[in-house]
Amino acid sequence: MTIHTPRDEQDASIIIRDAADKGTLLNVSGNGTKAPMGRPNQTDASISSAAMTGITLYEPAELVISARSGTPVLEVMRVLAAKGQELPFEPMDYRSLLGTKGDPTIGAVAAMNISGPRRIMAGAARDSLIGVRFVNGRGEAVKSGGRVMKNVTGLDLVKLMAGSWGTLGFLTEVTFKVLPKPERMATLVIRGLDDRQAIEALSMALGSPFDVTGAAHIPDRDRRGGSTLIRLEGFRVSVDYRMNELKRLLKRFRFMDILEGNGAEALWQSVRDASVLTDQGGRAVWRVSTAPTKGPDVAAHVAQSLDAQWFYDWGGGLLWISTPADGDAGASILREATRTYGGHATLVRAPTEVRSTLDVFEPQTDALMTLTRGIKASFDPAGILNPGRMYAGI
Amino acid sequence: MTIAFPKPDQAVLARRREIVDGLGRLVASEALIVSEDERRAFETDGLTAYRQMPLAVVLPSTTEEVSAILRFCHQHGVKVVPRGAGTSLCGGAIPQEDAIVLGVAKMNRVLDVSFEGRTARVQAGITNLGISQAVAHEGFFYAPDPSSQLACTIAGNIAMNSGGAHCLKYGVTTNNLLGVTMVMLDGTVVEIGGEHLDAAGYDILGLVCGSEGQLGVVTEAVVRILRAAEGARPALFGFEKAEDAGACVAAIIGAGIIPVALEYMDKPAIQICEAFAHAGYPLDVEAMLIVEVEGSDQEIDDMLRRIVAIAEPFKPKTMKVSQSEAESAAIWKGRKSAFGATGRVADYICMDGTIPTGQLPYVLKRIDEIVKSYGLGVANVFHAGDGNLHPLVMFNTNVPGEMEKAEKAGEDILRLCVEVGGCLTGEHGVGIEKRDLMTHQFNPIDLEQQMRVRGVFDPGWLLNPAKVFPLEGRFAA
Repeated sequence: MTIHTPRDEQDASIIIRDAADKGTLLNVSGNGTKAPMGRPNQTDASISSAAMTGITLYEPAELVISARSGTPVLEVMRVLAAKGQELPFEPMDYRSLLGTKGDPTIGAVAAMNISGPRRIMAGAARDSLIGVRFVNGRGEAVKSGGRVMKNVTGLDLVKLMAGSWGTLGFLTEVTFKVLPKPERMATLVIRGLDDRQAIEALSMALGSPFDVTGAAHIPDRDRRGGSTLIRLEGFRVSVDYRMNELKRLLKRFRFMDILEGNGAEALWQSVRDASVLTDQGGRAVWRVSTAPTKGPDVAAHVAQSLDAQWFYDWGGGLLWISTPADGDAGASILREATRTYGGHATLVRAPTEVRSTLDVFEPQTDALMTLTRGIKASFDPAGILNPGRMYAGI
Repeated sequence: MTIAFPKPDQAVLARRREIVDGLGRLVASEALIVSEDERRAFETDGLTAYRQMPLAVVLPSTTEEVSAILRFCHQHGVKVVPRGAGTSLCGGAIPQEDAIVLGVAKMNRVLDVSFEGRTARVQAGITNLGISQAVAHEGFFYAPDPSSQLACTIAGNIAMNSGGAHCLKYGVTTNNLLGVTMVMLDGTVVEIGGEHLDAAGYDILGLVCGSEGQLGVVTEAVVRILRAAEGARPALFGFEKAEDAGACVAAIIGAGIIPVALEYMDKPAIQICEAFAHAGYPLDVEAMLIVEVEGSDQEIDDMLRRIVAIAEPFKPKTMKVSQSEAESAAIWKGRKSAFGATGRVADYICMDGTIPTGQLPYVLKRIDEIVKSYGLGVANVFHAGDGNLHPLVMFNTNVPGEMEKAEKAGEDILRLCVEVGGCLTGEHGVGIEKRDLMTHQFNPIDLEQQMRVRGVFDPGWLLNPAKVFPLEGRFAA
C-alpha cells in the first residue's frame, strides 16, 4: 500500500486532489499510535503527517502556539515547558492503553479532540484549538480560525475539524491557546468511599469556589471503597489555602490524605492515560461521557450484566470501563445504559473483528446522522478521507 | 449607509396577506405582530443606523410552534430572521422586507438546574443575566458576561458566540455550552449534546455556536454553571505610554498569572468614562489597565502583590488597589459604561477586531492615524489579555457625510486587525456590518467551504440570508 508523506500543504493538496480524481480511498494518519481505534476501514493508500513537523509560531506572552500537524505532542510540550507553559487540556497518551509505539502527533490531538482530567476546568482540546489549516477532500487548502483566542468571524470550522478523526480533512497546521504551568499541585485523597459517596464528594468539591482541576474516583477491586482524588493547582499560597478549605468542606468524609510531588503526578498520569485499566490484558475498554450525577447509574447498569471494571474521571462524568472482549464486547449493555442515563459510549479498545461488526461510536439520531452525512459530503464529496472510520458511510 | 441589502423578492411581498394568514393559523393571535406600528419595534437591533421593516413578526412560546412556523416558511419560500433581544451590535437581527422575524424572547423559563452536575437547562429566550440570577441563591453563576447581559438572550449569545470581560479565565459561550434543542428550517427538531461533556460524533454544537442564526433556531440550551469565586478585587495602573501598558500586560502573563479580567483604556476613553462615572481614574495618563483577580482575601492579596511588583519596572504613574466594595464597583462602573458614556458626548460606531497582543502599540498608533485622516476622534477600550479591541469611532450624525467617514475608518481599522494577524470580530459577530469585509480575512476557498457547510442546513438560503457572507459569489452545495 502506498504511504504518502507530504512535506507541506501544497504536496498534500496534490496527493488528495489526485486521490479524489481517481477515487483512491485514503487512510489519514500521523504516526499511527492510535491506529487500533475507531472502525477498521478498507483503504487503498495512506496519507501521513509524519514529514510535516515543527513549531511554526510560539508567542508565550500571547499564550499561543502553532505547529505543523505531524509535530510530536511531546515536542510541543517540551517547548512550552521551557517557558513555564503547557497545553491546558492535558492530552491523554493512548499508547499504554493500546499497546502501540511511536510519537503521537499534535495533529491527532486536534483531530480526535484528545483531553485529560483538566478538561472539567480548562475545557477540551477543541476549546483550546483556535486555528486550523487543512486540505479537504477536494484537495483544497482551507483555513479557519487563526492565532487569536477571541474570534467569531464566520462559521467555526475549527470545532468541526476537532474530533472529526480525519474524515473531513487532512490537518496541516494547528494553533492552540496555552496556559502557564501551575507552580504547585496537591491532591486530596479520600479513602473508603463507594461510587455514590465518591461522586457526591467530587460534586461538592467541584461545586465549591476552590477551582478543582482534577476529580477522579478509582474503586477498589472488591468494590468496598476506593480512592477519591481531588486535585488543586496554582500558586503555593493559593493551593495551601484552598486545600485547607476543601478539607473543611469535606470533613464528614474521613480518611483523608494529601498527596504531592512525583507520586501524585504519576497517579494523575495513570488517570489521564487510563492505565489504571491496562493490566487487564485482552479485555475491551469503553469510554463513556455522561452527566456526572449519572456516572454511578451507568456503572451499576453495566455491572449488573457484565464482568466489568471501571473508574471515573471528570467528577463522575467520564467512565473508563473494561469488559470481556468476546461477543459484542458489552456494546448492547453499554448502549442501553447511555440511552437510559444520557451521554455516549465509545469502544476504545477491542479486537479488529469486534470493532468491524459493531458501532464503535455512539449511534446518532436520524436527524443528526442526516446532518453528519451532509457535512461529510460538503468537505469530502468523493468520500475518500478515512471512509468509515467513525460511522459506516461517513 | 454603505451596507446593501438584497433586493426584496416582489413575489413574496405580493403574498404578504396569504403568509400572514398562514402564520395566524399556527400561533395565537397575540403572538403574531402585523401592524406597521408594532412591527417598527423590530426594524433594527443594536446597529440602529440600519432599518428594514419585516413582513411580520412571530413570537412563539414553544419548540413545537417554532417548528410549525419554520416548516411553513420552508414550504412557502419565506425568509426568516431569528431574533433574541435585538441587542446585536453588528446588525445580526436586522430584518429584511421580504422576511419574517421569529423572536424567541417569550420562551424565557429555566427548565431544570442541577447544582450537583453543574448544568442548567433553559429556554433560549432567557436573558444572560436571568440564568445567573436563577442559580445565584446557591452561589453559582453563568460565566460569559457580555456588557448587554441584562437584556441579551442566551439564544443571541449562542448565535454570536458572545464573550465578555471575564473570558480570559472562563472562556466564551462555546466553552460553556453543553447542548441545544434546535429547529431546522424544515421543522425537524434536533437534540445536540446534553448534560454530558463533548460530542459523540462531529462537533455540530461547536458549529452551531456562532453561526449567527443561519443554521437553525435554538429553542433550548444546556449551559454549564459555575460556583462563583469567594471574592474579586480590581487594581488600576496608569501609564505614560501605551507601550508600557502593553509590555506590562505581557509581563503579567509571562509570570504565569491569568487575571480574571485585564482591561485597557486609552486617554480619551479614560476621560469620557471618568466624567460620567467618577470612578477615580487618573486623568494625566495615556493608558490605563484594570486588572482584576479572584479568590479569598488572602489569595487576592498575594496575587495583587505579585502584579504590583511586575508593574513597577514599567513606572506606572498611578497604582491603586481597590480598598472596598464601593471602590471596586466604581472602577467597573467606569469601564462598563464606556459605550453609554461615549454616546453622551458623540455618536459612535463600536468596532470589535482582535489582534495579537504584541501588536498593541503599533495598532493603537495606526488607529489614531486612520481616524485622524478622516477628521474624526476615537476612544479605545480593549480586553488586553485576549487582544479584543473596541475602538469607538466618534462622529456627529448631524454633519452630512460623517457617519460614512466613520464607517470607512472602521473598515480600515478592521483591515488593519487582519493584516497584523488578527480577525474582523472577536465577540460581536459579522452580521451585516462586517459581511463585505469577509474577503479580507478569508480567501474564496475558505468562504466556499463555510458556505457548503451552511448549505447542508439551509440549502435555499432562507435563514438570516443577508448576513455573514458577501452577497456576491454565494452558493449552497
